[in-house]
Amino acid sequence: MTEETTVPLKIVVLVKHVPDVQFDRHIDSASLRLDRSESVLSELDEYAVEAAVALVESQGGFAAGHEVIAATMGGKSASNSVKKALQMGASSGLHLNDDALAGSDTVATSKALAALIEHVGDVDLVVTGMSSTDAETSVVPAQLAERLNFAQLTNALAVEFDGASRELTVRRDHADRTLSLTAALPAVLSVTDQANEPRYPNFKAIMAAKKKSITEVDLAGIGLEAETVGASGSRSVVLNATARPAREAGTVINDSGQAGIALVDFLAEQKLI
Amino acid sequence: MPSALVFFNELSDAPSKAQRELLTLASRFDRATLAVASEVPQFAQDVISGYAVDKLLIAPGNSDAFIDHALSALAAAVKRSEADVVLVANDNFHREIAARLAVRLDGAVITDAIDVSADLVVTKDELAGSYSAQAKATNGTLFVTVKPNSIEDAPQAQGQQLEVQPLDCEAAATPAIRIVATEAKAASDRPKLTEARVVVAGGRGVNGDFGPVEDLADALAGAVGASRAATDAGWISHDAQIGQTGVTVSPQLFISAGISGAIQQKAGMQTSKCIIAINKDVDAPVFEIADLGIVGDLAKVLPQAAEEIRRRQA
Repeated sequence: MTEETTVPLKIVVLVKHVPDVQFDRHIDSASLRLDRSESVLSELDEYAVEAAVALVESQGGFAAGHEVIAATMGGKSASNSVKKALQMGASSGLHLNDDALAGSDTVATSKALAALIEHVGDVDLVVTGMSSTDAETSVVPAQLAERLNFAQLTNALAVEFDGASRELTVRRDHADRTLSLTAALPAVLSVTDQANEPRYPNFKAIMAAKKKSITEVDLAGIGLEAETVGASGSRSVVLNATARPAREAGTVINDSGQAGIALVDFLAEQKLI
Repeated sequence: MPSALVFFNELSDAPSKAQRELLTLASRFDRATLAVASEVPQFAQDVISGYAVDKLLIAPGNSDAFIDHALSALAAAVKRSEADVVLVANDNFHREIAARLAVRLDGAVITDAIDVSADLVVTKDELAGSYSAQAKATNGTLFVTVKPNSIEDAPQAQGQQLEVQPLDCEAAATPAIRIVATEAKAASDRPKLTEARVVVAGGRGVNGDFGPVEDLADALAGAVGASRAATDAGWISHDAQIGQTGVTVSPQLFISAGISGAIQQKAGMQTSKCIIAINKDVDAPVFEIADLGIVGDLAKVLPQAAEEIRRRQA
């Protein structure tokens, strides 16, 4: 990262509002949809916001004209995750808010997000977390690369950007190797939780975020028909979902010097050795 | 009866346990085809012929460009086999190419499967294994990524003749990603964490010393895992991380040492068949899910157990 780019970068960082993993999470037995109360910015998206903001800071900062647009799709409360991203340093927010999005699988989700990114226009880089912590499919970034015809640099352990050549290099695990992969922009980048240390917004950053705008659009606004997303635009359907019975606590013993032997006795009883 | 395609990006040696599980699953369907995006050594072909696979399609990779060749090879294999269901491994790379092709071919992708029925209903884990769900495709080819340890590896065909054919694929249309450096990961004699039948994992309670955890893992021929606290502390490689943001494991036996069992830690281990927990804190939540809980010092319990296993096996 020796030289800075002279052309401002337009970066979209995708954030998702998900049920907090610190609490028990539930799938509604009638709708088969996730209970989305108690939702927060997906912890793994904090790494994406940090990667986007840090990249801009390495290239002369926002004063140089770069943009980091924190974008989300979903119902009204999803904008809370955009607000958090603004506090972490994104320059503006974008919320695709439309009831018809509910029930989208990854095929439909990637369709809506690709249309949103095309609606923004002239995007150089899309940044995401490695996975959402709700559905955990981790495939939407690759699907966006497919739909947008952007280079796919996903599951990055580390990220470097060369402003002069406008090329991004990431490290990624692949089978029994770690690869360094380079591609020119435009690209879709997803970062793992090893890529950086997300910053914690301070009071000044929280106050500054209040002055930043969040633009709201609906499906018609980005040129998508409602039936091409949501349940009708999805290519898979959930038939049923049942909570696994809670595991029951077994025997608990105190070690009085022979617990290692008791452990092996237990393994033998269970025919595990 | 639907037809199945299994796809491996590479097969440098004999098929791995997870790959053999996919071949077993494919044998439930009509006309199972295996496509591989790299050379397949004769030894691997001999192993494959022990499964009910009709045809092996080989598309040798010549590529320094990441992902493009795999995408082209899988696209060509889907077209050639006319398969109704495509089965791939659950790792990031295979998930991603399956998901891209689902978009390209207007099909469906379902991840984290633990079973696929003959009528293409997929059973899968949700919310890190706290729910079991069933899902199906509503349109087009169904791409499924299957978790290791979900299907019992069971070769069945006896000395079947495997039809081997080259698979031509189109040059990549996607933007080039160059591989500019490759580092081999440190070789390990231990089984892969995601595929292991036994996992011994350590957390904050190991206090920087994974020696006792590794010792017991080796006595049990198991893999070593770790909580995020232990990997973040730099006590062990991030590759070992289990939990919400690491890998979830489903071994026969999971031994948790010095891991409190906070909700996101439980998430990574709760589908294990048997859980043994060792922790100094009698109130640690991990005891709520353990089949056997030991309140004690892991630095004493683990070496004693490892020694006892070696003594009995001697």
